[in-house]
Amino acid sequence: MASESQSQQQEASWARLMRAAQGGDALCYEQLLRSVTPFIRSLSRRYCRDPALAEDVVQDVLLTVHRVRHTWDPRRPFSPWLAAIAARRGIDRIRRDSRIARFEVSDEAAYETFAAPAANQESGALRAAEAIEPLLAVLPERQRLALEAVKIRGLSVAEAARESGQSVTALKVNLHRAVKALRRLVAASDSKDEH
Amino acid sequence: MTERATDKLIEGLSQALAPVRPLRPPVVRALLWLTAATFCVGAVLMRWANLDLFMARNSDPRLALECAATLLTGVTAVIAAFYLSVPDRSGLWRYAPLPPLALWMATSSLGCLEYGMGWGPPGAHLGESLHCFRFIIMVSVPLALLLYLVLRRARPLAPLPVALSAALGVAALAAFVLQFFHPFDSTVIDLSMHGAAVLVVLALAGVTRRVLA
Repeated sequence: MASESQSQQQEASWARLMRAAQGGDALCYEQLLRSVTPFIRSLSRRYCRDPALAEDVVQDVLLTVHRVRHTWDPRRPFSPWLAAIAARRGIDRIRRDSRIARFEVSDEAAYETFAAPAANQESGALRAAEAIEPLLAVLPERQRLALEAVKIRGLSVAEAARESGQSVTALKVNLHRAVKALRRLVAASDSKDEH
Repeated sequence: MTERATDKLIEGLSQALAPVRPLRPPVVRALLWLTAATFCVGAVLMRWANLDLFMARNSDPRLALECAATLLTGVTAVIAAFYLSVPDRSGLWRYAPLPPLALWMATSSLGCLEYGMGWGPPGAHLGESLHCFRFIIMVSVPLALLLYLVLRRARPLAPLPVALSAALGVAALAAFVLQFFHPFDSTVIDLSMHGAAVLVVLALAGVTRRVLA
């Protein structure tokens, strides 16, 4: 009985925070994400026994929540919406893992670094790209596509514009905005690290 | 990936927060889209369709039932697509269009049987069936584009069922509109062409599903 009322309280609190987040309240949003993370983590562990992989799913779920936060209807309960996203991402993870296990072979030697510094530049760039991956997902889609195509995959502006179906001018504008937004995000997370 | 990385991600997401307008309930969005589609298609029908012939054909209960089942398949599939596009609605919505679809297929097949599985009454031949095929594709594609545009706002987590349901919806609506320009009963070739056109639209939806995500 007590736990039922506790979960009702939690549901009401999450719904209140999410309503505020939909209105643009960043503090409520951060509070909500921190509050739901243990719940998402417990759901993720149903799909991945490995804690590191489960944490990967948690981050996937958080990114998805951010991307589709407008699909939560404030007249409906919040937990089933969140649980549905976690289940979807957990299933996606299982599918991806089984696909990788079926078609890919692990090559340990591929991760070796080499004495010549120039030889390591490419893998360094790849690691940097991996590090900013969670931040990229925060960017609006057109900005993300522009940044990935030009700055990560090294396409020319014209090629990237053709590939993403944007005009060259629109791509340049999106690229500029993406770099600016990313710089802000990286600076914010670095300054937090120093504290 | 560590819990510390998750903390960082939460900070990044909170800082990148912009206000959003929650989507309307799926049924409301579906009805709004269907109303808009009715206006577009209705304008075309008023201008070009032979409504008297359509009414005369529908005096036959089987043909009237076939028309109703076609329309119902389209409407339920479109509503199902909207429900499937948001995370917390039942996945069982994907089966909602199946009963009217079965009725549509059954009544169309019955029409063929009435001709003793013949290849059609005088006047019906492959040329006209190809016209039906082209008609369904040409009406479905713009309707599908309009529907994708609206469904895309929900950024569905599993785009395939949404795309297939949407495609079935627009193909069935196109087949319903075709009834206004189809002054003869379905033959085996007609039915095959209608089925082929619906399958082509479904295949196109399968290929383009990522547009929704």
